[in-house]
Amino acid sequence: MNSNIFIVIAWSAIFYGTPLFFAALGGVFTERSGVLNLGVEGMMLIGGVTGAWASLHVGGSAWFTLSAAICIAMAAGAVVAALHAFLCVTLKANQTVAGLSITIFAGAVGLSSYFANIWKVAEDPVTRQIRRLDVFGLADTPIVGPLLFNHTILTYLSWVMCAVASWYLFRTKIGLQLRAVGESPQTADAMGINVVKYRYIHTMLGGALAGLGGAFYSLAIVPTWVDGMTKGAGWIAIALVIFGFWRPGLTLLGAYLFGALQSLGTVLKSRSFDIPGDVLDALPFVMTIVVLVLVSTRFAHKRIGAPAALGVPYEREER
Amino acid sequence: MNSWSQACDWPGRTEFGGWPHTYYLFNAPAISGEEILNKRLSKKWLPLAATIALGVGLVACGDDNGSSSEDTTAAAEATADTTAPADTTAPTDTAAATESSEAAAPAGDWSANFKPWEEGAAPVACGPKDGGALKAAWVYVGPINDGGWTQTHDEARQKVQEHFGDKIETTYKENVPEGEQVSQVIEDLIADGNTVIFGTSFGFQDAFLAAAEKHPDVCFEFATGYKSAGNLSQFYGAAEDTDYLTGMAAGAASKNGKLGYLASFGIPEVVRGINAWTLGVRAMNPDATVKVVWVNSWFDPPNERKQAEALIAAGVDVLGMKGIDSPATGDAAKAKGIPWAGYNRDNSANYGDVWLTGTQYHWDVYEIPRLQQVLDGAWVAGNYYGNIGDGFVGLSTYGDLVSAETRATIDAKKAELAANPGGEFTGPIKDTAGKEQLAAGKQHTYEELMGMQYLVEGVDGEIPAG
Repeated sequence: MNSNIFIVIAWSAIFYGTPLFFAALGGVFTERSGVLNLGVEGMMLIGGVTGAWASLHVGGSAWFTLSAAICIAMAAGAVVAALHAFLCVTLKANQTVAGLSITIFAGAVGLSSYFANIWKVAEDPVTRQIRRLDVFGLADTPIVGPLLFNHTILTYLSWVMCAVASWYLFRTKIGLQLRAVGESPQTADAMGINVVKYRYIHTMLGGALAGLGGAFYSLAIVPTWVDGMTKGAGWIAIALVIFGFWRPGLTLLGAYLFGALQSLGTVLKSRSFDIPGDVLDALPFVMTIVVLVLVSTRFAHKRIGAPAALGVPYEREER
Repeated sequence: MNSWSQACDWPGRTEFGGWPHTYYLFNAPAISGEEILNKRLSKKWLPLAATIALGVGLVACGDDNGSSSEDTTAAAEATADTTAPADTTAPTDTAAATESSEAAAPAGDWSANFKPWEEGAAPVACGPKDGGALKAAWVYVGPINDGGWTQTHDEARQKVQEHFGDKIETTYKENVPEGEQVSQVIEDLIADGNTVIFGTSFGFQDAFLAAAEKHPDVCFEFATGYKSAGNLSQFYGAAEDTDYLTGMAAGAASKNGKLGYLASFGIPEVVRGINAWTLGVRAMNPDATVKVVWVNSWFDPPNERKQAEALIAAGVDVLGMKGIDSPATGDAAKAKGIPWAGYNRDNSANYGDVWLTGTQYHWDVYEIPRLQQVLDGAWVAGNYYGNIGDGFVGLSTYGDLVSAETRATIDAKKAELAANPGGEFTGPIKDTAGKEQLAAGKQHTYEELMGMQYLVEGVDGEIPAG
């Protein structure tokens, strides 16, 4: 029953969709504050390499080491995001260019690989791994077992985060003010909201979540650091923010859809379906293109309500 | 409109929040003049940003497969095997670890497996001329601590250094990319006085050939290639023999007769491995089938793990692999508690509860006597294909899952293959379509082995086109 192809795909969708969701949720916060972050891929990789480093060098119980590794990965992602915020908010640089620079600077052939080399992350085996749980011993229950009770602690954390983020964005005063900053910083400023502070904090929060997503790759999927191991997940996450209409709940569903697309190839290959693997592996990216084309139509733009000031630096005196 | 009302004139103001936020999905927010201005800006931005994002993403992703598919040989070009156990905890020297089985297969003479390109060629005088130490250099594609391919090469270099003491001065260059830089690295090494150069990555081959023609007084030794010159040798070994023995362990471990196999690329070296492994499986478990999946890279742990998990979910109860240097397959096996046969690295320490065994290379078996020949002024270029008999290839430590009875059967077969390399390919052998590829009683020639392009009966899968 649980090896049914649909169950397997659904389970993979959740497992491999989790890091996408973390990164995309970070993107939701960042973009809601009006900052476009194309540096997600770089922040994920920095999170991945620092997480792997920490799991090797922080002593103590496995639980403590892994918690510390996750915190360090998030902190590292936040630091890179702070650099992005400095460029975009303080220096008012072009956000597209700044984001791309961050990804190139921190990404697969940049800082993350450099750290991996100088810290010799590859030298020792990462023996501590975030393992999948068997919650309440229900993992073997038909259908719901693998879907609900056989995930890592991070997946359960992502569900909690999704609920908290929705509440934060749409039910709290700070959330309202955050959205105000993203829609019209001038009016928010006039209301006494500190636009710069909101943008810094939420860009860094976004970076921390991207770092967490990256650490999922090097701590949960495999206990290994590999240069460039996110392989474009950061870009999918950016598309997911739009796909999820800047809303946590829809972003979670989108992440699972992309997670399913990412594992469809491997699942079908193992069952002798005669479909070229390369075509299936390209699916997530084809889907990304389709989504981005759809949402950039005039109709969609009117309807889905992207933060109006997204990508626009805020100049206080410029009216 | 004053600024206060602007700030509060917000879709969220009426708190339609809820989850999921259908309100935001289907209701257009009221838009002020200023917001329209901003919208225009963002409309310009979004598609542009998205296009750039996509383009970069696609390029970044395409790159990986593209570059690695160039390397047609080296199974473990694969470099960084980062999760492999640290050397201090894992015995990497198979000879020591499986003493009992080594004893059953007395070490043969390496020179029986070496054939000069040209009979009676004059030795290349690349020894030290001023009576000093011989300087030999190794060129590596990865870091010396990659836990896999390059690390096994560097361990061999250290054994060479230990063996010769101050008669030879060894050096190495790590992380040399396959490209223009190789030639420069070789030139630098020669300028430093090195007269024997070892190459360890298939992609270095053309640079080595060019350097060999330019420097006729330097001896070049190349692993995993096929091109020849008067001062360029090729060395590699019959991993298919040990792959067969590994397959025997896997076949004995399978209960339902369905095994899964991860393979890198459809090149002859990997195809030989798949076939030998499958024949080994079926020697122990005659009706078993081996589901082969191609992961299209030498080293991509997350993808390997995903693929291994998909195989397990499809019902296989033992996993094997070839041309894949990360233990990610072992991680998937460990999570589900099913047996796993590895490749090119002894993972018995960290994966003890699922580990069976695997193929390992011992480069020093060839390198030490060859350097002795240089010192003796007797080095000629040629082709070396080592085997179990001379100790160039061997098996990793057996895992606890391999029963004493199975070990005895494998050890007996190992002794047989030590005396008759390639003996696992003895006819009749049919391919997946049922066509006879090898007549009864016949054995594949060396050339046939090197060009193998069919999959044996029992394999579920086909060699990808191109």
